[in-house]
Amino acid sequence: MSAIQDYKSSLSDVTSRKFETFSYLPEMDKDRIRRQVEYIVSQGWNPAVEHTEPENAMDHYWYMWKLPMFGESDVDRILGEAEACHKAHPHNHVRLVGYDNYKQSKGAEMVVYRGNPV
Amino acid sequence: MSKEQGKSYSAGVKEYRETYWMPEYVPKDTDFLACFKIIPQEGVPREEAAAAVAAESSTGTWTTVWTDLLTDLDHYKGRAYAIEDVPGSDDAYYAFIAYPIDLFEEGSVVNVLTSLVGNVFGFKAVRSLRLEDVRIPIAYVMTCGGPPHGIQVERDLMNKYGRPMLGCTIKPKLGLSGKNYGRAVYECLRGGLDFTKDDENVNSQPFMRWRQRFDFVMEAINKAEAETGERKGHYLNVTAPTPEEMYKRAEYAKEIGAPIIMHDYLTGGFTANTGLANWCRDNGMLLHIHRAMHAVLDRNPNHGIHFRVLTKMLRLSGGDHLHTGTVVGKLEGDRASTLGWIDLLRESYVKEDRSRGIFFDQDWGSMPGGFAVASGGIHVWHMPALVTIFGDDAVLQFGGGTLGHPWGNAAGAAANRVALEACVEARNQGRELEKEGKEILQAAAKSSPELATAMETWKEIKFEFDTVDKLDVQHR
Repeated sequence: MSAIQDYKSSLSDVTSRKFETFSYLPEMDKDRIRRQVEYIVSQGWNPAVEHTEPENAMDHYWYMWKLPMFGESDVDRILGEAEACHKAHPHNHVRLVGYDNYKQSKGAEMVVYRGNPV
Repeated sequence: MSKEQGKSYSAGVKEYRETYWMPEYVPKDTDFLACFKIIPQEGVPREEAAAAVAAESSTGTWTTVWTDLLTDLDHYKGRAYAIEDVPGSDDAYYAFIAYPIDLFEEGSVVNVLTSLVGNVFGFKAVRSLRLEDVRIPIAYVMTCGGPPHGIQVERDLMNKYGRPMLGCTIKPKLGLSGKNYGRAVYECLRGGLDFTKDDENVNSQPFMRWRQRFDFVMEAINKAEAETGERKGHYLNVTAPTPEEMYKRAEYAKEIGAPIIMHDYLTGGFTANTGLANWCRDNGMLLHIHRAMHAVLDRNPNHGIHFRVLTKMLRLSGGDHLHTGTVVGKLEGDRASTLGWIDLLRESYVKEDRSRGIFFDQDWGSMPGGFAVASGGIHVWHMPALVTIFGDDAVLQFGGGTLGHPWGNAAGAAANRVALEACVEARNQGRELEKEGKEILQAAAKSSPELATAMETWKEIKFEFDTVDKLDVQHR
């Protein structure tokens, strides 16, 4: 058994901030993000893109990027909107949402561009 | 004359089946339906024992009484309307009984259980008796409050989407001081868990009074939220000796801003539970439900109350989480049967499915569903199976599997969180978790030393005892 390691996390170390689902995995590359978008589409959920300044990340409401893409099943278009949002707001967190209108909930939500946390 | 006349009073004992065995009866949509597994005493015919159960759990008593004639017993009586063999048993059979809805006070799980599983369970004519399932008519469901918030509202409040949530019961379950206990909570939450939980045995003992526990735990939640940027909670157990004391603790939990409290619904009782659920709904507080004492009632395959019935009763009484067993951990639980009662807790309509032990269609209407809680003897190696079995609407609780990590709680929590997210990612990619679980976890461990160490620590632990209470199937 290896020697005990310290768990590095603190209020002063901004890298301790997480982003809910998938934020304990290494940041996903384009291919892995694409697979998750394919999943959202395959479930029949409505994709949406949202963003926020890192200091407001705890708020329930982030800024909507345009409107949710109701019925959109073109994965490239969805990824394109996320990228466009990121380009317009390069310092913000950008997340992908899959709205499940039957459950009145989000079936998926994940940050795909991480801004600089505070 | 249109009405039946000439009923006259004749004292004495008559056979139950004359009045309560009605194979021609077609149950109404508003009837309560029950399926009992009966083993009668020797020499008691099936129909007679079934009718006796119907009688004793509704209008009947052992002898005729003159006041029977002051009412229309045909309107109020329970009716045994079908009998079936129990697969794999020579002496047991299922009796199906219909009860008119008028027999039960609106919104009272207490009243329903007092009738259905009251005196009849001590009745001499039956050797053993088990309530296997009940169908609650939608008309009655709508008189009950149900879960204070339900799955969808809890996800919104806690901001958790697209995955099961993670929890941990703080150990040792007895003997920690409030401050040390809060430390254990803080370490778990900062490491990546969504919730921690009071052990059910923790109420307000001399070593840690509830007030100190609540205060220290709340500081732990606040600090972990600030540190991780994620929403956190701890199930503060408000199970108490009296309802007054229970509400006092619940009010204080609300005052300090706790998002969720906890109750033991069987030892605390259904009156307390229903009242607390209503309080939670009024006060925006989530409610976690533990099930201590359930195995006393549900483990014997021939006598007692099946857990699927206790699940339905909890859903009516109210709770946002309910412990359902893990299938894979240290505690009893058949897989198909567990999947059955998980559905009964979460879904809005559940079809009859004997392969999962479900005897009736159950319509829950607009009543919210609750999260299934898998807790007891599980660790990271179980994660692929747990995600497969439970899906997203569950809380997976690793007690020893978090706290027992060689580097401490925070590392244990991080290991579980990484394992969970790796499994969810792989599932979403269409991979088969139970087949490829090992590779998925090993790949995730490459970027998480915490997970690698957890996998090394627990790799040999399995729980492979046979299940005592299996579904009734032909096994000869």
